[in-house]
Amino acid sequence: MKKDTIKKVFKLIGKYRIMLYLSIILAGVSVLLQLYVPILFGQAIDGIIGKGKVDFSIITVYMAKIFIFIITASAATWSMSLLNNALTYRIVRDVRSRAIDQIQRLPLKYLDGHKSGDIVSRVIADADQLSDGLLLGFTQLFSGVVTIFATLVFMLSKSIIITLVVIVLTPLSFFVAKFIAQHSFEMFKMQSEARGQETALIDEMVGNAKVVKAFGYEKRSSERFNKINKKLQNYSQKAIFYSSLTNPCTRFVNSLIYAAVALLGAIRILNGALTVGDLSVLLNYANQYMKPFNDISSVITELQNAFACAERIFDLIEAEPEKETEAEMGTAVGNVELKNVYFSYDKEKKLIENFSLEAKKGMKIAIVGPTGCGKTTMINLLMRFYEADSGSISVDGTDIYGVSRHSLRRNYGMVLQETWLKNATVRENINIGKPDATDEEIILAAKEAHSWEFIRKLPEKLDTVITDDSLSQGQKQLLCITRIMLCLPPMLILDEATSSIDTRTEVLIQKAFDKLMKGRTSFIVAHRLSTIRSADIILVMKDGHIIEQGNHEELMSRNGFYTKLYNSQFEQK
Amino acid sequence: MTRLFIYLNGYEKETILAPLFKMLEAFFDLLVPLVVADIINNGITSGNLFYSVTRVFIMILLAVVGLASSVTAQFFAAKSSVGFATKLRQDTFDHIQRLSYKELDKIGAGTLITRLTSDINQVQSGLNMALRLLLRSPFIVFGSMIMAFTIDVNCALVFAAAIPALAIVVFGITYAAIPLFKKVQAKLDKVTEQTRENLNGVRVIRAFCKEEDEIKAFNEKNNALTHINELTSGLSSLMNPLTYLMINIATIYLIKEGALRVDMGAIRQGDVVALYNYMAQMIVELIKMASLGVTINKGLACAARVANVLDEKVSVEFPEKDKENTKNGTVEFENVYFSYSNEGDSVLENINFKANEGEVIGVIGGTGSGKSSLVNLISRFYDVDSGIVKLDGVDVKDYTESTIRQRIGVVPQKAVLFAGSIRDNMKWGNENASDEEIWEALKIAQAMEIVEGKEKGLDYRIEQNGRNLSGGQKQRLTIARALVKKPEVLILDDSASALDFATDAALRHALRGISGKTTIFIVSQRTSSIMDADKILVLDDGKLVGVGTHAELLKSSSTYQEIYYSQFPEQRENYANSEVTQA
Repeated sequence: MKKDTIKKVFKLIGKYRIMLYLSIILAGVSVLLQLYVPILFGQAIDGIIGKGKVDFSIITVYMAKIFIFIITASAATWSMSLLNNALTYRIVRDVRSRAIDQIQRLPLKYLDGHKSGDIVSRVIADADQLSDGLLLGFTQLFSGVVTIFATLVFMLSKSIIITLVVIVLTPLSFFVAKFIAQHSFEMFKMQSEARGQETALIDEMVGNAKVVKAFGYEKRSSERFNKINKKLQNYSQKAIFYSSLTNPCTRFVNSLIYAAVALLGAIRILNGALTVGDLSVLLNYANQYMKPFNDISSVITELQNAFACAERIFDLIEAEPEKETEAEMGTAVGNVELKNVYFSYDKEKKLIENFSLEAKKGMKIAIVGPTGCGKTTMINLLMRFYEADSGSISVDGTDIYGVSRHSLRRNYGMVLQETWLKNATVRENINIGKPDATDEEIILAAKEAHSWEFIRKLPEKLDTVITDDSLSQGQKQLLCITRIMLCLPPMLILDEATSSIDTRTEVLIQKAFDKLMKGRTSFIVAHRLSTIRSADIILVMKDGHIIEQGNHEELMSRNGFYTKLYNSQFEQK
Repeated sequence: MTRLFIYLNGYEKETILAPLFKMLEAFFDLLVPLVVADIINNGITSGNLFYSVTRVFIMILLAVVGLASSVTAQFFAAKSSVGFATKLRQDTFDHIQRLSYKELDKIGAGTLITRLTSDINQVQSGLNMALRLLLRSPFIVFGSMIMAFTIDVNCALVFAAAIPALAIVVFGITYAAIPLFKKVQAKLDKVTEQTRENLNGVRVIRAFCKEEDEIKAFNEKNNALTHINELTSGLSSLMNPLTYLMINIATIYLIKEGALRVDMGAIRQGDVVALYNYMAQMIVELIKMASLGVTINKGLACAARVANVLDEKVSVEFPEKDKENTKNGTVEFENVYFSYSNEGDSVLENINFKANEGEVIGVIGGTGSGKSSLVNLISRFYDVDSGIVKLDGVDVKDYTESTIRQRIGVVPQKAVLFAGSIRDNMKWGNENASDEEIWEALKIAQAMEIVEGKEKGLDYRIEQNGRNLSGGQKQRLTIARALVKKPEVLILDDSASALDFATDAALRHALRGISGKTTIFIVSQRTSSIMDADKILVLDDGKLVGVGTHAELLKSSSTYQEIYYSQFPEQRENYANSEVTQA
């Protein structure tokens, strides 16, 4: 556990400090009262000596006292719980809120460098773990400590010898618990390892059940599963058994302590040093003296866990966000220029070296190359998702690193193959670039982008909520085009469809693209020969490098990689 | 759901003994307060120290016997519940593997995985807990009351009143919180969903400068979650103080009643202490019972879900033995109709064609035109509604499953590889394939360079889901995997989509080389992939609208023309020009 992390967690508590102080005071009140009540009961029992020797007036007084105390104690306990709940849930809320801020502001380099599942688990699971740990910590750590000390003081006031016996014997139960925990921990580790293996196999074999079937692999996979399953059975059984020993064993030790207290108590009473009521109090305390120890040890494991999670969260919320430039860029004309640009994701692997390009307003720039050749790199640079290592990129002569990202990005319209739609209505998905657009404007844009044909048929038209699988891939892409059609920025970045879209929709998308591109500077990740051939500049990429640049005729006459790529499409036999 | 009980077979002894031993332990627990009372009443009042010492040893003895019974019970419970879950898991896994495509489509892989993992785990812990506590806790609660009655009827009445009142509070709060917890989960899901959405769409959000809006939307969901969380925990944290209050009020009455009874000489001081102890024991068990109820409920719900999977009938059944046949590599469709569900629209209507040995058959059509469905029928992944699909001249329904799998090699749309070496993956097609055979298949699939590029060659470890390979590499390896089988019929279901044109062309060229012995079906959206096939099947909305070679279809099929020209617009002009010059 790093000291640093603890400090940061306390900083999170910062503005809820008062709640924490109040909670601690309430915990003290509640614990002390709860411990004092058995003493009162003991004293009341002392008033019940035998037949005809019961002092009812004393008993009534004690009962009234007890009644007031337990009501106060209950009220304090509940208020403390409410405070602790509010405290932890608000801290987690703040953490999550900061995390989402970060997700919007961190450089893409950070986000691309982490699996999105990993970041989600930091924001969700780790934050939950932190809240669980803090909640348990606040509720039990302090009251546990108070209970131990108060119990000791109360017991000492009754009998020093008995208290000493309890103090000496208690660690015994601790050692037993620890011994068991160590052994079961090994087994739990083995269990979770075996379980991990089994889950991986299930993921593969059940997740791809169709492939398993197609190859008649069922028997073989069943045998593999059986092997792991048997291993898991062995470890699980031991882990569960060992860990379930903790309770009976510590209970056993407690019974021994209980018996010892009973015996010593009896002796002390005979000597006249103790009353029967005192003994009942001591028995009661001996019984519950162990509990806070167990609680505290579980709180500490939980807290360790929580701080480990907190560290992962801090890693996210304290990562350096992108610096924003103040200056604004107005609406661009669309002259894009790259001069001697160098760029690489990883310093070891040089990608783009000394690259220059001049795209005048209205030009079409096609980016071509085999799959995985790094076409997104160009998009990353143009949109300033990543920054060039050296060289300059300018729009209408303005250096894009000298103006705010927002003002640059507003001038671009981007349609990628991996469509991204929000879980919201069709309207909200379209007007994302122009929130104040009227329905007429939206419908007009939809008609131009050929998406109106299917939107019209949706049950609630523009108000239909889009779920993950309610639209086909092609329809999703048409919606994304409609977005751009609505705000019509001067520069475009387009990604042509490949195989997942049927021919008719593809024709529609192409038509929509053509309409968009008219008069606008467009960068197109191109797959269609017609697009490529009509481009003003073609960038041929391979393995992340730009290897050729020029228009169709120039590149064909060079008889290089482009020529090979182009001809392969027409090779028939 | 009761059918799951059969998985306890072989563990009957453990299942019965575990709770019995637990009860035994509880019984000894109940005796302890009596012994304490005895010490106070007889040992102390009579001043007989020896009496007290013997009683203390009885207490220790009780503790030892209690420990022994408890350990035995835990052992049996662990053995029985884990054994049960292990058998159930194996059977469910095997059953899932037997399910045909129709059931897999219906239930979905994600659901099946959850059933096999977390659901069965939940059943296991439910069972384990039930075996340990189902008898013990009620036994202690009612045992305490009965013990109280044996001490003194008047005082015991306080117990009789307290137990139901406490039960109402404990169970009431526990069960009132359940729907709230569900709400918490739902709100948390929303927060998770947006986080995921934002991460996946980070480029679009930034491209549209929507960062602030997303933050605002997130914070709304985040606040809603915090609110429901505070509400829920506020309710459940009422349990502790409330039960504390009630049990102490009951104790006040108990002491008052006890004082009266002692004054009358009906009971003695030690008995009051014993009653007081029973009261304390009882509340602990009541709270345990409530949480036990929740766990068991969860376990039962999960058990029902697992049972549903086991109850799922396998819709495609295979005969025990093959009908007589001679291998000749033909595939034939006769008046085939097919739909995915009984009431749904037909996916394929009246399909008729014959593929001869060694032919390359192209299958083309728009999304949802029925291309994949058609080839899936050849492998009998689904059964036809009517009509006959024949392989080697015999109805596919007359072959055993293993014969069909042996004769037909399939390369599915989604390129799936499994964790293990490249060799392991290749052997899926044929367990006994030699390295030479594997290399041969890799060569045809244009995948040789992938394997050669790896230091360990065929021993190169592929990670789960083929994470360490690119899309194109995975596709080529899946093609090789099917080729290792040396199938009579090879089906490529749109499985070259991630290949660039040059590789795709080289692959088709190599496949030509083996097509003398193998009948090949190529499903594709790209005309360039199928235009050199011997026969092209053109599908439109489930109907076969054209059969023939590229040249023939270009003349006769308007659907084919539309597809072709949309992909090669320049050819349209050429074609039009050539028509003109011919005229």
